[in-house]
Amino acid sequence: MKIKAIRAWLANASELANHYYNAPYRAAVARAKREQDDLFMLYVYSELMGIPNPASYYTLELQPLLLEQFHDWHLRMGMEHSPFDEFRCC
Amino acid sequence: MNAILLMLLGLGGMLLGYLFYSKFVAEKIYKLDPNFRTPAHEFEDGVDFVPTNKYVLWGHHFTSVAGAAPIIGPAIAVIWGWVPAFLWVVLGTIFFAGVHDAGAIWASNRNRARSIGALTGDVVGKRSQSLFMIVIFLVLLMVNAVFATAISGLLINFPSSVVPVWGAIFVALIIGQFIFRKWLNLGTVSVIGVIALYALIIAGPEVPLSLPETVMGVSDNATWILILFLYAAIASLLPVWMLLQPRDYINGLQLFIGLFLLYGAVLLSGPELVAPAFNTATPEGTPSIVPLLFVTIACGAISGFHGLVASGTTSKQLDKETDARFVGYFGALGEGSLSLATIIAVTAGFATLADWQAVYHSFGQGGVSAFVSGGARILQEGLSLDVEISETLLTVMAVLFAGTTMDTGLRLQRYIFQEWGAIYNIKWMEKAAPATLLAVASCLILAFGAGGADGSGGLAIWPLFGTTNQLLAGLTLLVITVMLVRLKRPMYVTLLPLIFLLVMTIFALLIQLKGFYDASDWFLFSLDLLVLIAAIWIALEAAGALNRARKEQQP
Repeated sequence: MKIKAIRAWLANASELANHYYNAPYRAAVARAKREQDDLFMLYVYSELMGIPNPASYYTLELQPLLLEQFHDWHLRMGMEHSPFDEFRCC
Repeated sequence: MNAILLMLLGLGGMLLGYLFYSKFVAEKIYKLDPNFRTPAHEFEDGVDFVPTNKYVLWGHHFTSVAGAAPIIGPAIAVIWGWVPAFLWVVLGTIFFAGVHDAGAIWASNRNRARSIGALTGDVVGKRSQSLFMIVIFLVLLMVNAVFATAISGLLINFPSSVVPVWGAIFVALIIGQFIFRKWLNLGTVSVIGVIALYALIIAGPEVPLSLPETVMGVSDNATWILILFLYAAIASLLPVWMLLQPRDYINGLQLFIGLFLLYGAVLLSGPELVAPAFNTATPEGTPSIVPLLFVTIACGAISGFHGLVASGTTSKQLDKETDARFVGYFGALGEGSLSLATIIAVTAGFATLADWQAVYHSFGQGGVSAFVSGGARILQEGLSLDVEISETLLTVMAVLFAGTTMDTGLRLQRYIFQEWGAIYNIKWMEKAAPATLLAVASCLILAFGAGGADGSGGLAIWPLFGTTNQLLAGLTLLVITVMLVRLKRPMYVTLLPLIFLLVMTIFALLIQLKGFYDASDWFLFSLDLLVLIAAIWIALEAAGALNRARKEQQP
């Protein structure tokens, strides 16, 4: 019983410590991650813009997976509509 | 008088303030409502808006507001004797800082967690918002310049701290990788990090390092300042998880350990205060205690910087509105206790009155170095730690604090430059690297402009920093007061501190202005004039905004 209580206490403490570690920088880390993701989007869709992509064999497969984020991405990049003629979005 | 008594009086007084005054302010003035849906719940997004446990939030709030400033201020101000510094810290914390911090959280919380800067625009007026930006910029500029000077002084005075101070950055870099890549869990990493840091501190005295007196024609002091800014510039450009986040974390742990050790040592050794209660024989050139005391001790009694933290990040994570009392008010108490520990260290940490007078031989002396040597003596007596190790420990604590503030400050300054670039359509200024360069350059101009070619006189701007910081607090108090007037609630709780602050800062600026004029220090004279204009402007805006708000209320 006692060991269980100590374990629970430890788990609780480490969760609080995790909060303490992460909370102040959550926004900055998320922003940095989004910037990386945006770059990745550009890689994946670069061929559509005429930028040759040596890895297109692999990235082509990812296009449908990333499609859900496509709308957010082009808005964030300051384009009201999809930048591709053959690739409509909204 | 015995230091234990002073400690108990101070901590007891602040605790009573929390138990009674903050309860009154929270329930009767701000009327914190446990059922209010806080922005953290309303806009919960897992990134900025996250309802957070109040103890965790308090930990953040406290560690982000407590820095080197609550150490430097009191360590200079005890030159007038320990009673004035003690009273201002304790009463300031109870009636000013706590009310201001909790109020800033409340004001922001009731306005969709917007920052005080944005709130100034809404509540007071657009003009005040631009003013707010200028004052923030000045505060950051001065804080960076002053802290660079203070750190370089410490690194020269205590060569044993050089290795642990820079070593701590490597420790932070390594634990940052461990946590980010999830190689080890946080608990283990924290224990390893703290052990590594303290191992470095113990090893420090074995490998003292000092720069040669001149490096390529530049004095050692100036060289350290240049190195520090180079470091801060790089640190402010790195991704936050790499250095800032782990270092802040280690710093936070260290703050708690340091405070615990200091107060523990005071309790165990019970040193006598050697400094006079009221210094009747102040050295020549010491300015009058009123108003200078109230700007020399800014952080620790009331500080505008807290308003930025309170409204920028804390308010977005408030789980219940009633938590604002604990997080804001008790956070201010934490900083007050750091200032109190400083007062004890610099008044009881000397063997005789003559030793104390030798350090405080003119105004602006003492400062962090006095805190380090005084505190080290107390640690040695109370915990029988080696005096050199104690000195290194406290130096590392002070330097890491100041360093954290410096690169956060530099980062914020960079954002301001980038924003100005966007507003005035200057393309190159919107980029991170040139904006950082501009920020560093402006700080260097101030550090060397005020401190001479070797930069050692940079602490001369300390009182000026205090005034600017108080002005920032004044703007926050103004926002809270206007909100209270509109809600038809009593406003004296924030209005009286506001008036007191404005009167004292303007008075202090005028006295310093005369001082700089007499010394023909035209650089600081113009800086003082700039702050004075801002101060008078704020006073006018305050009167105007309050008048308007009162008229709105009359049918």
